[in-house]
Amino acid sequence: MTPMRSSAEPTGGIPTQAPGRLRAVTIVAHLTFIEARRRRILAAALLFGAAFVVLFGIGLHFMARDIRANAPPAQQAMFLNLVTLTALYAANFLIVMTSVLVTIDTLAGEIGSGVIETLCTKPVSRAAVGLGKWLGCWLTFVLYALVLCGGVLAVARLVGGSTPPNAGRGILLILLEGTVLLTLALVGGTRLSSLANGVTVFGLYGLAFVGGWMEQIGTMVGNASARYIGITASLLVPSESLWQLAAYQMQPPIARDVQIGPFLTASVPSPAMVGWAIGYVLVALVVASHLFRTRDL
Amino acid sequence: MVEAPPALEARSLSKQFGAKVAVRELSLTLPRGEVFGFLGPNGAGKTTSMKMLLGLVRPTSGEGRLLGEPLGAARGRARVGYLPEHFAFHEWLEGRELLRFHARLLGMPTRGLDAGVEERLRRVNLADAATRRVREYSKGMKQRLGLAQALLGEPELVFLDEPTSGLDPLGRRLVRDVIRELRQRGTSVFLNSHLLSEVEVTCDRVAFVKGGRVVRDMRLGAEERDLEVEMRLERTTATLVADLARFGHDVRVEGDRVRMGVSGEETLPEITRWLASQGVGLYHLGARRPSLEEIFLEVVADDADAVLG
Ligand SMILES: Nc1ncnc2c1ncn2[C@@H]1O[C@H](COP(=O)(O)OP(=O)(O)OP(=O)(O)O)[C@@H](O)[C@H]1O
Ligand SMILES: [Mg+2]
Repeated sequence: MTPMRSSAEPTGGIPTQAPGRLRAVTIVAHLTFIEARRRRILAAALLFGAAFVVLFGIGLHFMARDIRANAPPAQQAMFLNLVTLTALYAANFLIVMTSVLVTIDTLAGEIGSGVIETLCTKPVSRAAVGLGKWLGCWLTFVLYALVLCGGVLAVARLVGGSTPPNAGRGILLILLEGTVLLTLALVGGTRLSSLANGVTVFGLYGLAFVGGWMEQIGTMVGNASARYIGITASLLVPSESLWQLAAYQMQPPIARDVQIGPFLTASVPSPAMVGWAIGYVLVALVVASHLFRTRDL
Repeated sequence: MVEAPPALEARSLSKQFGAKVAVRELSLTLPRGEVFGFLGPNGAGKTTSMKMLLGLVRPTSGEGRLLGEPLGAARGRARVGYLPEHFAFHEWLEGRELLRFHARLLGMPTRGLDAGVEERLRRVNLADAATRRVREYSKGMKQRLGLAQALLGEPELVFLDEPTSGLDPLGRRLVRDVIRELRQRGTSVFLNSHLLSEVEVTCDRVAFVKGGRVVRDMRLGAEERDLEVEMRLERTTATLVADLARFGHDVRVEGDRVRMGVSGEETLPEITRWLASQGVGLYHLGARRPSLEEIFLEVVADDADAVLG
């Protein structure tokens, strides 16, 4: 992170007791995580996450029975995989929403209410406050995402008797997608009100979403302009392309040729997208720190 | 040993929000252990000044030091306490948890942290409410919790932005006592307040700010403030009034009274002797020190429209 405003002048050896950078980050992260618990954000997320998994389990139970009775054995696995991927697609959407909702208010709300004043007059850098909040939100989000994805995979295994290929890699990609949007919500929160921030981040997500589809359809029908516009949008907000990469990873090879539904992968995003997204998150954190440090509170 | 730097130094600090100048060329030095009152009408720039000194707001120009450290440096803030004007806190924490969290952010060592928190809770009479959520606190309770928060970590300088705005008379006395204790310990206090009667009894020095500019700076020790003299004379002529001006300032006739300001009590017998030597009968002579409120109204009333700007 960017260093706090310089204080590098000697003070005649007066001992200062300010907490170290890392300690400050963990104190704020811990508080942010407690906030998610106390304000029942975590409970609500986990409750409906669990409800989602249970519903999926019941649905899969009946569908699996039907598929096993009617589909030729060679196709059973593929159908079950498609059903699981559909559930993961819905879970992915919920995870994206939650990653943003958990974060939009964390800085913006405290700046708006003035709570931030007694935090930022403590001997900790604003960068540490921002990073601590990011970390607290990220842990909340990861917990939720793991419950949701883990639940879907467990149900797929126990009820449907199958696990998508590369499931671990796919889930990491979904986590990275949520992390990208969560970080964008932190950046916005340094300067925007909570609501404006939410509208902005979901707006960006929408751009990436449309861009991702333009890329796919453009590739399919051979329209280069649509494809390039789509790729550009994916680079600006690398969220939807991470989902597409995840979906591609978790399909059985034969299903990759089916090219229907939300898992259509005519244009598979380059694996370099992962590196791009990680770099994107790091740069966004530096930008958030700068925007937060240079504003009046 | 090197002498400790002043608690606070500001040189030509200015802050502009768009076209609006909130603080204009603020220069002041706060010596160690002094209780300083920053007075002025609403919108004069008191809170903005405080926030600049605390590093919350970036000055448009000028510079300053907090306990010898440049403004905004974490090392200075480690030894500073702050009670904001709108005392908003994490409402979903319990009072005690909130103080512990702030103590940790201050870097207070784990050992002694709990004892320090308990002591502050007792000091502001919130020990009984320590396990209640801040959300359930009344306004005055929140403000006292904010005060406790500002006292954590033995600060060398405490900023209090209207610390009594939400408090009942008991709470106000508590703040007064706390400020006195801070002074006894040698802690400097920078106080924004509209309650002039309290400023009068707690502050060593005050500055009046108006339209972002400091317009008067005065010490509050009784012997250092001018006396307001009121006389009723046998006759008041223009020459007599003009001659009286040599004993003081602002001589004016109001009805059958003559009023003027003089620098000290020793001037009073000089006036009576001179009047007697002139053969002017003196029917009444009174002298008193004007209250801070009178001075405030006088300072603020001078071209009152500048305040509204
Ligand atoms: N963030 C801001 N943006 C624009 N103008 C501001 C901002 N903060 C303060 N001001 C303006 O700066 C001036 C000084 O405000 P400030 O809050 O410092 O006054 P104050 O002396 O503390 O008043 P009060 O006694 O009401 O608390 C006001 O005119 C106010 O409108
Ligand atoms: Mg104010």
